[in-house]
Parts: sequence; structure tokens; C-alpha cells
Amino acid sequence: MRRGLLIGGGALAAVLAAAALWLAWPDLLESGEIEPAPVDTSPEQIARGEYLARAGNCIGCHTRRDGEPYAGGRAIRTPFGNVFSTNLTPDEETGLGTWTSADFWRAMHHGRSKDGRRLYPAFPYTSYTHVTREDSDAIFAFLKSLPPVRSPRIEPDLRFPYNLPLALAVWRALFFEPGGLEPDPSRSEQWNRGAYLVEGLAHCKACHSPRGRLGAIDSEQAYGGGEIPGLGWEAPPLHGGMSDGEAKDLAVLLSTGVSRRTAVTGPMAEVVFHSLQYLSERDIDAIVDYVQSLPARSRAPVRGPVLAPGRMQNRMLAGARLYAEHCADCHGTNGEGEPYVYPPLAGNALVTSPSPTNAIRNVLLGGYPPSTAGNPRPHGMPPFAHSLTAAEAAAVLTYVRNAWGNAAGPVTPEQINRRD
Amino acid sequence: MPHWKPLLPALALLALCPLAEGDPLDDEALVERLAPCAACHGESGRSASEVYFPSIAGKPAGYLYAQLENYRAGRRRHTIMEGLLANLSESYLKEIAAYYARQEPKWTPPSHPRSDEELARGRELIEDGDADLGVPSCRACHGETLTGVAPYIPGLVGLRPEYLSAQLAAWRTGARRAAEPDCMGEIARRLDRDDIHALTAWIASRPYPEDPRPAASLPHDLPLECGVVR
Repeated sequence: MRRGLLIGGGALAAVLAAAALWLAWPDLLESGEIEPAPVDTSPEQIARGEYLARAGNCIGCHTRRDGEPYAGGRAIRTPFGNVFSTNLTPDEETGLGTWTSADFWRAMHHGRSKDGRRLYPAFPYTSYTHVTREDSDAIFAFLKSLPPVRSPRIEPDLRFPYNLPLALAVWRALFFEPGGLEPDPSRSEQWNRGAYLVEGLAHCKACHSPRGRLGAIDSEQAYGGGEIPGLGWEAPPLHGGMSDGEAKDLAVLLSTGVSRRTAVTGPMAEVVFHSLQYLSERDIDAIVDYVQSLPARSRAPVRGPVLAPGRMQNRMLAGARLYAEHCADCHGTNGEGEPYVYPPLAGNALVTSPSPTNAIRNVLLGGYPPSTAGNPRPHGMPPFAHSLTAAEAAAVLTYVRNAWGNAAGPVTPEQINRRD
Repeated sequence: MPHWKPLLPALALLALCPLAEGDPLDDEALVERLAPCAACHGESGRSASEVYFPSIAGKPAGYLYAQLENYRAGRRRHTIMEGLLANLSESYLKEIAAYYARQEPKWTPPSHPRSDEELARGRELIEDGDADLGVPSCRACHGETLTGVAPYIPGLVGLRPEYLSAQLAAWRTGARRAAEPDCMGEIARRLDRDDIHALTAWIASRPYPEDPRPAASLPHDLPLECGVVR
């Protein structure tokens, strides 16, 4: 009996010790000193840092709607609760004023704050860990050049058990490894640049991949698209297999917010507005080149609602009438649209996506693509939340998803009424 | 990949967008772009029928632009307005505000009859204010005929009482705010529900002034400090 207890106790102790070692292992690996580099305050370095900060869209999360740029305080909604972006201005007390370039590198590369605290991965260090030390130093030089703004850190507001420090330690041990991309010599310089941007600063994966129950991305499913946590929008899959024309249109879309085929809406409009419109033609082309090398899209099975043929026909007829009344003026009788002005709906991936979420949001809330240098005064989509009933919105969406060669299945009034 | 940026001017022509942000668009080209606004605020900013969508035609440009800014900053809340404006440039929004400021204002007749007593209280608040409550007369800021004062103070005539009451109530609860110091919020919090209904009823009962355009300036200083007046 006593011996059994001893063995049991010993085994438990061994398991606990192994668990502790597993959790502490990343800390032991990262505990080495990082050399701070003197901050290069030349205008060239600051401009380089600003460009890279744009590429990372730091301003997008690190600016409150009524706040100063980069001063943080914006709530980042996650399925586990809210975390709040931090102050990146060089304020001594509440910002990066006392940070060194080594502290900044530790945050970018290891996901740890100056005091060693583990950062929540809402800060996408799982991507930024691929950013080089040189680029990290340049971004830091730029941030140091900003006017300091007082904006104290806001404690995360996470549900139990996600609020426990142990939860974050376990998450990191499971899902995070400090990285660095090795260039692939078998690929072109442009492709390697694209890989560096897409996997690193641009952190495209963060939205364009499905996430598991603990919010981590399974690399097998990376870029497969999915619902963006907390935003109520879907990110479309990113995939290769585009024709030359499609690839060119994607470059124009990323740079200006509109293309012959479509326009960016929802969160992507924000990304183009704050980030991508500022990137050079070379970098945009590199991004498209890398996206082109991702696996071609495998059609996900559509698990949408199914209607009996008679009901489907009725809804299509009702939808066609509503389309003629409300939509055809701009989008054309046959969904052909007007390139760069009114997106065509025939063959539009946003319209025919397995999930109708984005199409529903565009019909109910309307929207404008972003103002960009290439398209400073965009045309916009009127909101129909006030003028169409749920049944009418479902009918018109069913119609555009299944007319002119589109075949994406019906939309139900229940889907229209769903609120995130 | 073939270089595509040289194509941009051609694309912009296709889209009828001058590349130089400085060139104002003619009204026709602008109206085409403002279909999302017209869905609620009506053609030329003259609200069609819904009680809670204000006419914006003829309101001063500075006021209108400040409202667009307020939605972007989250000081005014409206899911659709916030979404539409989120990624538009300052210069485009100013052009939009200026367009609606150029339009002829519109009057909407009141829909509910009010008691004489209520109207009398409304008139008192509009013309004299209430010193005990610390509420200045509405005219002191919104102009002698309540048509507003260019470029930052909006007219009140022609708005539906339901809309005006809803805005004052929103200010009382903090759901609507303006740039600090938020003078209108200060005043709204000094008014109770009955006073709000009385003064919006009186405004709606007035005949529409012959000249509905905002006054060019105020003959005196503002009674309170207001962040919107810069």
C-alpha cells in the first residue's frame, strides 16, 4: 500500500517535472542576452522603418479610433475576451520611451515584452518572428521618431481560464517557435521577397487561415480562409492557380482597393487603406508572386442550406424582381457590372463564396472601398438594411449567387438575421 | 510579372476619377459616388420619409464634416455610418460635406399636434433659454431663425421632432458626443425629457423661414465654449 503510494507519488512528481521543463524550455532557450544596437536616427532609416511599419499595418491595431496614431488602446476582440493594443510612441512611462532595439526585437521575434512578460498572440508575433533584425531595428527607429503620447497600458479582459498566465505559457509551448525564414535558393528573388512579406510583416495568415479551438493556425490549413474571429467577416482563401490576368488584377486590387473583377470591403478595405496602398509596385508584385505559389484552391464542400426545387425557383423569381429594381442599375442586367466602378457579380468570388457572410454584410450595411492614391474617390454600395426585409435580402442574395453561371446555393432569412 | 502601375492613369480614367485629389469632381460625378448616402438621406441630402434619417441638405460644411469625423472617432455611433466612412480620405469626406452644404435645405411638416402649454415651454427655451437650468437660448448659437451659422453650427429648422429628440437624448446618455468641450452635451444633460419634447415640438411647429440658409456669422460670442467651433 505504502509502496504503491510512493510509486504513484514518484510518477506524479516525474510527470509534473516533465511538464514544468516542457513549459520552461522555451524560456531557457530565449534567456540569452540580446545585443541592443544603437538606434540609427538618419532620415533614411526612419523612412525605411515607416515603410516597414506600413507593410505590417502596425497603425491598424495600435491606434484607437479617437486616439493618436500608434498610441494603442484599441480593443482587439478575440473569442477568449479582449486584449488591448499597446502604446508604440516613445513616451517614457507608458510607451517605448525606455525600450532599446533589443527589447523591441525580443517583442517582435520572441513575443515577449521588455520585462520578459509573455505577450498575447493577438499581437501577431507568430508572423513577425520571421522579420529580420535589420527590419525590426528600422521599425524601432521610426517608432522612436514619433511624438511621445501618454497612453497607459490597458489590462487584458480575458475569460477564465484564458486569463491565467499558465494558459499563455501552455499556448506558446504548443504553438509558437521563434522563427526566421531561410530564403529558398530554388526560387526567384521576387518570390523570396513575397514570402518574407506575406509570412512576416504583412501577417496575411492571421486572417486568411482557419483557426483551431485555441486560436492557433494549423499550418496544413494555412491560407484556407475562414471566419475572422470577433469581426463577423470571412477572409477568403488565398490560393495559386490564377491566370496572368487574375494575378495582375490582384496586384491592382491590393494597391488601389478596386480591380476589374471586384473591390475590397470590410476588414480588407482597412488593410489596403492603412497598409498595402503604400507598398511599392515591386513589393506588391512579390506578394502576388508568392500567393500564386500557394496550393490551388481545392473546392471546400458547400454545407449551406438546401431548398426543395419549387421553393428555390420561387426565391429565384422573387430575387430576380428585386435585383431588377435595386441592383441592376449599377451591377448590370446580367451581373456584368462596370469594371473598377461597380463590381461584376457574375463569377465574383465574394458573391459565390461557400459562406454568404460577406455578401450579406455588403447588402445590409453597404460599404465603400478605401480611398487610395489610385482611386481617391471610390464609388460605394448603398446599405439595404432599412429597405429590404430579411426575406427580400435572402431572395436577392439567392438570386445573385445562382444567376449568370454562379452556383453557390441559397441564402435563408435566418442567415440574414444572424448577428455576430 | 508585367508592370501594371503605368496602367493606373488609364484605369483612373475608366473610373472617371481624376488622379489629382485637388480637382473637385463635378456634381454629377460626385452624386454617382454618393449612392450609399442617398439610400437614407435622400437625393441631394433631402431625407425621403424615414423619421430617423435627417435631411442634411444645406447644413454648414464644417458641421457636416465634423459629424463624419465624429463617426470615425466613435463619438457618434451608427453601425452603417461608421462602416461607410472608415476608410475614406479626409479630402474626400470634405468634398462630400461641401456638396451637401451646397444643396437647398428641406422642410418636413410635423406629424403630431402638441398642446399649447408644451409649445409655450418650447418657445421659452428657444427664445430665452432657462437661466435656472443654465440653458442658453437655442438662438444664441443656432442663429436668430435657427437656420444655423456657417461653417460649424447646424440649423435646426426642417428637422423632424423625433430626430431632434433622439439626438438630444443620445447626448444625454453619451451615445452621441462632439469634440471637447462638448457644449451641446453639456446643455442636453441640463434638460429633462419634457423640456426636450417641448423644444423640439416648437421647432417643428414653426413655419419654414424664407431664407433657410445658415447665417454667415453670429453677432455675439457663444454662451458656452464649443469644441466644434475651431
